[in-house]
Amino acid sequence: MVNAVTLIPAREHDRQLISKVEKEAGTSINLCYQCGKCTAGCPAAFAMDYPPRQIIRLLQLNLVDQALEAGSIWICASCDTCSTRCPRGVDIAALMDAMRREALYQGKITDKKVAAFNKAFLNGVRNFGKAYEAGLLMQYNLTTGQLLKDAGLGLPMMKRGKVSMIPHSIKGKDEIKKIFDRAKQLGGE
Amino acid sequence: MVAVAQHPNIEMRTLAEVVKVSGFIGNFNVTIKQKAKYVDWDLCTGCGTCWEKCPSKKIKDEYDLGIGLRTAIHKVFPQAVPGKPYIDAANCTKLTKDKCGICEKVCPTEAIRFNDKDELITEEVGAIIMATGYDLFKWEENHGEYGYGKYPDVVSSLYFERLVSAGGPTGGKIVRPSDGKEPKSVAFIKCVGSRDDTKGKSYCSRACCMYTAKHAYQVKDKIPDGEAYVFYMDVRTAGKNYEEFYQRSLNAGARYIRGRVSKIYPRGDRLVLKSEDTLMGMPMEVEVDMVVLATAMVPSEGAAELAKTIGFSTDKDGFFQEAHPKLQPVETFSAGVYLAGACQGPKDIPDTVAQASAAAVKVCGLFSKTELATEPMIVEIETDKCSGCGFCVPICPYNALSLVDLSFRGHHGTVTREIAEVNPSLCQGCGACLPACRTLALSLKGYSNEQLVAEVDALCL
Amino acid sequence: MKEFAYYPGCSLDSSAIEYGMSMERTADILGIKLVELEDWSCCGATSGHNTDHLLSLALPARNLAIAEKMGMNVLAPCAACYSRHRAAEHAIRSSKSMGDKIREVIDMDVQGTVETLSVLDVLANDIGPDQISQKVTKPLSGMKAACYYGCLLVRPVGITGFDDPEDPQSMDKIVKATGATPIDWSYKTECCGAALVTSRPDVGNRMLYNVLRNAQESGAECIVTACPLCGLNLDMRQAAVEKEFKTRFNLPVFYVTELVALACGDTPKQVGADRHFVDTLKYLSQIEVNRVRAASEKTEEKAAVVSSETESPDPEATQKKIDAMLKGWQKNPEKMAARLIEDEERAAVLVEVMTGDEKKMTRLAELMVTDTDKAVKAAEAFVTAELKKKQA
Repeated sequence: MVNAVTLIPAREHDRQLISKVEKEAGTSINLCYQCGKCTAGCPAAFAMDYPPRQIIRLLQLNLVDQALEAGSIWICASCDTCSTRCPRGVDIAALMDAMRREALYQGKITDKKVAAFNKAFLNGVRNFGKAYEAGLLMQYNLTTGQLLKDAGLGLPMMKRGKVSMIPHSIKGKDEIKKIFDRAKQLGGE
Repeated sequence: MVAVAQHPNIEMRTLAEVVKVSGFIGNFNVTIKQKAKYVDWDLCTGCGTCWEKCPSKKIKDEYDLGIGLRTAIHKVFPQAVPGKPYIDAANCTKLTKDKCGICEKVCPTEAIRFNDKDELITEEVGAIIMATGYDLFKWEENHGEYGYGKYPDVVSSLYFERLVSAGGPTGGKIVRPSDGKEPKSVAFIKCVGSRDDTKGKSYCSRACCMYTAKHAYQVKDKIPDGEAYVFYMDVRTAGKNYEEFYQRSLNAGARYIRGRVSKIYPRGDRLVLKSEDTLMGMPMEVEVDMVVLATAMVPSEGAAELAKTIGFSTDKDGFFQEAHPKLQPVETFSAGVYLAGACQGPKDIPDTVAQASAAAVKVCGLFSKTELATEPMIVEIETDKCSGCGFCVPICPYNALSLVDLSFRGHHGTVTREIAEVNPSLCQGCGACLPACRTLALSLKGYSNEQLVAEVDALCL
Repeated sequence: MKEFAYYPGCSLDSSAIEYGMSMERTADILGIKLVELEDWSCCGATSGHNTDHLLSLALPARNLAIAEKMGMNVLAPCAACYSRHRAAEHAIRSSKSMGDKIREVIDMDVQGTVETLSVLDVLANDIGPDQISQKVTKPLSGMKAACYYGCLLVRPVGITGFDDPEDPQSMDKIVKATGATPIDWSYKTECCGAALVTSRPDVGNRMLYNVLRNAQESGAECIVTACPLCGLNLDMRQAAVEKEFKTRFNLPVFYVTELVALACGDTPKQVGADRHFVDTLKYLSQIEVNRVRAASEKTEEKAAVVSSETESPDPEATQKKIDAMLKGWQKNPEKMAARLIEDEERAAVLVEVMTGDEKKMTRLAELMVTDTDKAVKAAEAFVTAELKKKQA
């Protein structure tokens, strides 16, 4: 896949966005000298359109929109191998996470499945105060149109006492709802 | 080296170290500890009978990085000058348990001296040139992704040098440490410990790109159908004919892959490398028989202590500090102490030779004079203000201050008191002593207290 | 007694029920008191920090606030819960402004004064392998286990810090203490795929496959883990991975606490080992059979050694020896006497005493075979008596 790009002077909007993401991740992309050690050690790199090094490269070139639309920021497993081994001390994993949150915030959801999974998970937490695994899988399957995915595992799980169809709430579940709301209000910084 | 040993004006002392230096430029007093060799080199002919007969044969040879074995009485390396042996006392049965003594019996010139002792010798010299070289960064201590040194076929570049050396333990044959077989594919990883702010040194070790190109070429040359992979970030071959040298390796078939290796792990008896070809943008895995790590050059062990003993400074990485990075590469801030080679910073042979020649000429220039002109901006002492408290003396990093007696005629005869005196050839005008002087007797020429106050007035009033 | 505020997390009573059951058993066996955190809530796990930074810190911070009121450190067996709580602690301690935001969001006071600990840290460092070994009654000898740490227990180093991120050893030490053999392998800390195995199996399955493959190639018979999601993936999804990559692994997956409790005498049912997807019972019973066999072989060996040492001598052989001695006295009494008495004169007297005295000769011959000390004493006594007689 070859894109030719015309490099223009950085737009203020892009610079600010990159700064915001850097600040949230607590790292600096200027440190990166593109050695590739992060991609080399990334267990998910084989499936990425822009593996970690390239995401940082896009940001270094101020092509932040292209980076936000990448699929790789969604399948980053946050395993932190890249950050642990980076010779320049760049926290790439934190950066990928920050980029994913920004993409979600902007509605640039390149990976509908991962976004749906996260949404379903947090939905359970918000409603009951604890993760509701059966509900998570049902909501995920529904919203991604994979109605029968993992259906074969349902019964075996139940037989082993490993899944409950009924959610368990905590006493303070209202507190949890409030935490969700307040976090959203304070801008999620 | 032999020319140096045979030169009438050069006295060569090996197995010796400098333990104390006092004095100043043109007048250094150096105390040298000549360690016990246990062999009288005036009698020894270097025939080698002793090390042939020595029964302590199983000692790992440090020069060969443990690849080969040596005896307790041994010549440090084949080309050592003088080509005479010494006894490694810790491993000698005679010196530790008072048994054996075979070398003494077989030596044709009766040169063995088991009662030899360390000796302290003092010399007076006019100048000192530091050429203590380098050591390799200990990558095994913190590179867990490369195995922490527990994979025998992951070796350092110096180890590889000993393998390919015709006079080395394998006679120049490249073999795997694990099973002694010839590897069919060798991977070279550059910048291990160099250009690494988190686990190593921030600087570039300068010589590795060239010697790795050489090593890759040697693999292609010595191993039929051998594969040489070089994992790099950059290729820094900037000297005269260096670029052509690198191209020669490429033409011979060495495969250069731009990307740092993230992990090395074993699969069967081979090794797998996880890397990325950043030029293609593809994550990549390669299986090889042997991995050579081009490890960072660091100052040789003990360099920092030696600098303190002699009295000059080291830089942030422990290398000896040159007086000016561009204009004074072979001088230090301590007059009379010069630098040459990797002790000042990572470099290769041509640059080392150039520096050595420069340092030698600087010394010749120094010796051709009968008087020295020193830096004028040094400390001056107003003797009538000096109380002789001596606070300034230990502060001076160059040992330029001392207390001396001053006699003068007083009311009731001659009075003697102590005052401070500065040695103009040692003083560098750094000003560290000034704040210590409670009576303001010390001031810096060209930066006197009055001058400084006037500057402040001009800015602020 | 070691005491912790216990934070089981959302999966320890469901998808990782074996971990929950064996954790409580292990705590009981090793004398650790677990006081469940009052009305604890979900830490948010990975979905939290994938979605909202502040929320992802606030959710665990609520639990930390509760623990601070309890005045106890938190034990969080789940690797993700451990990681998120440590991240929250770190954020609260390192930045007052972030700490203030978090306190505002949870509407509780939290200062970052308690520490969240992982099971591996507590078992390997606090309790120590020696203490564990002492409680082991049925060592899992011969079990070749690949200790799989995953990502969150050892990275980021700034937040975890109790073990090496490239070649950790804490779980290996614990497993060794149970009598099993932890093997050396290269994928100890490589990501299993985590949630991607569920949401994006096209990516996650390969990540999982790589881990299983390296374990198998390195000679593992089973895998041990301390993370519910890793455990679930390796166990529940193993069949799917086998199918996709057309291979067979048959690697039972255990939680580290299962092994500890089993080695200390628990049955598989007690620790939930019968609830795994990849059958563990056959493997465990094989280990048990081997252990019993090895133990009985050992006892047999020991018995054989003891019996050979304390064997009573064959009476027939003894009689033969006595007869020989007697013959000796009869044929060459001087030589026999010299064996018992050095002094030539006294030896001569002994010969005198012995000559003709069948009874004394037999008695002395017996003693010379069965108890040489007594024989010497008797000989001396004979001589002394004789000399006295002569004097008198």
